[in-house]
Amino acid sequence: MRLTPDAWIFWEHGFFKLNATLVFTWALMAVMVLGAALITRRLVTGHQRSRWQNLLEMVVTTIVGQIKDVGLKEPRRYLGFLGTLFLFIGAATLATVIPGYEPPTASLSTTVALALCVLVAVPLFGISGQGLAGYLASYMRPTPIMLPFNLISEMSRTLALAVRLFGNMMSGAMIIAILLSITPLVFPIVMTALGLLTGMVQAYIFTILAAVYIAAATRNGEAAPGP
Amino acid sequence: MLIDWFTVGAQVVNFLILVWLMKRFLYQPVLSAIAAREQNISDELADAARTKAQAHQQQDAFEKKNQAFDEQRAALLSKAIDEANAERSRLLVEARKNAAQASSDQAKALIDETQRLHDDLVRLTQEQVYDISRRVLADLASVSLEQRACEVFIQRLRSLDDRAREALSTALKVASPQAPALLRSAFELPVAQQNAIQTAIDECFGQTIALEFQILPELVSGVALSVNGLKVAWSIADYLEAISTTLQARLSKTEPV
Repeated sequence: MRLTPDAWIFWEHGFFKLNATLVFTWALMAVMVLGAALITRRLVTGHQRSRWQNLLEMVVTTIVGQIKDVGLKEPRRYLGFLGTLFLFIGAATLATVIPGYEPPTASLSTTVALALCVLVAVPLFGISGQGLAGYLASYMRPTPIMLPFNLISEMSRTLALAVRLFGNMMSGAMIIAILLSITPLVFPIVMTALGLLTGMVQAYIFTILAAVYIAAATRNGEAAPGP
Repeated sequence: MLIDWFTVGAQVVNFLILVWLMKRFLYQPVLSAIAAREQNISDELADAARTKAQAHQQQDAFEKKNQAFDEQRAALLSKAIDEANAERSRLLVEARKNAAQASSDQAKALIDETQRLHDDLVRLTQEQVYDISRRVLADLASVSLEQRACEVFIQRLRSLDDRAREALSTALKVASPQAPALLRSAFELPVAQQNAIQTAIDECFGQTIALEFQILPELVSGVALSVNGLKVAWSIADYLEAISTTLQARLSKTEPV
């Protein structure tokens, strides 16, 4: 039994290797991009539109609404990053219903990569939002003594993001694998359904937490009116 | 080790590529479509609001026109009523005038008819009296009515009182063959009677009087001497005058009011 799809290696040459994480990631990317391209190729602006267009519009507007609810003033600016986070993690979870599929998010490498993206994106959005000085000053609020704690907080929350998602996804896949070996008929289906729910919740949590971090970085001055 | 750093790097690149691709193929087209539809809806709403405002304006204008039309109609109706009343009054006055004229004409026609009837009655009575008198005289005395009328005239002439005689004498003095005194009778007097009358007049006034004999049927049966506005006469007309007065009184009593 593999603990992570990273261990499922198709090809390897020195540092480079082609493992199941990358392959399933590309497959997901292909399906998502091709599906979106196919649907958005025939978008209409009238009152009568296809159910697929309705679905995409519903998904996009819901994500925009969630980002706005978090407190980000210009949700469309963050839609590309946060929306893709949610859709990728959600799609990776939904695909677990396909036999033989292993979600890339069950790989700690993937979750670390996503957490690193968040780690980098937060200061970038923060700096573009309130300037370099303003963003750096936010680490010394309320007092400069808090600087190391803030830095530790950055690191620990990034690690928490990565491990939380990995743990949930990996455990779900592991439970299903174990149950398949014990009771191959009913329980795996129930646990797969539970895994779908858990995965969607994790996608939501990951995205919302990233949005909260970005919101905290972009409006740090506004959020700290004084002692 | 659970973390493969090559995979981490590859996944970061994959994720960034996916972000770009999703922006390119999902978010932008969908958001553009939504924005376009919202713009369409906004345009339609604005158009509807504009159309509504226009409709309100047209409604206001129509209501104003309606009001003006009602006022104009009321004014025209009032004017027509006034004109009709004036015409009615004029026609009533004219009708009353015509009725009064007709009534007057009717009354006049009635009076004329009464007069004509009266005249006819008088003439008929005269003729009857004359005829009866003539027959009576002829049967009783073998004397013609004309002869007796001349005798009565001569007798009346001779029995004139002095004042009348004087006045008549004065008037007869101016009579001449050019302007003779007129002696009128209803019938043509025979020569003997003409002579008798001439003689009687000459004797009464002591002079020869120029006479001109004329026939006047209206006298019915009688003789009248007239000169210079004075007159001496005898005729059945005098009796008939009394009958006429009596009949007139009787007729006026029987006329409808």
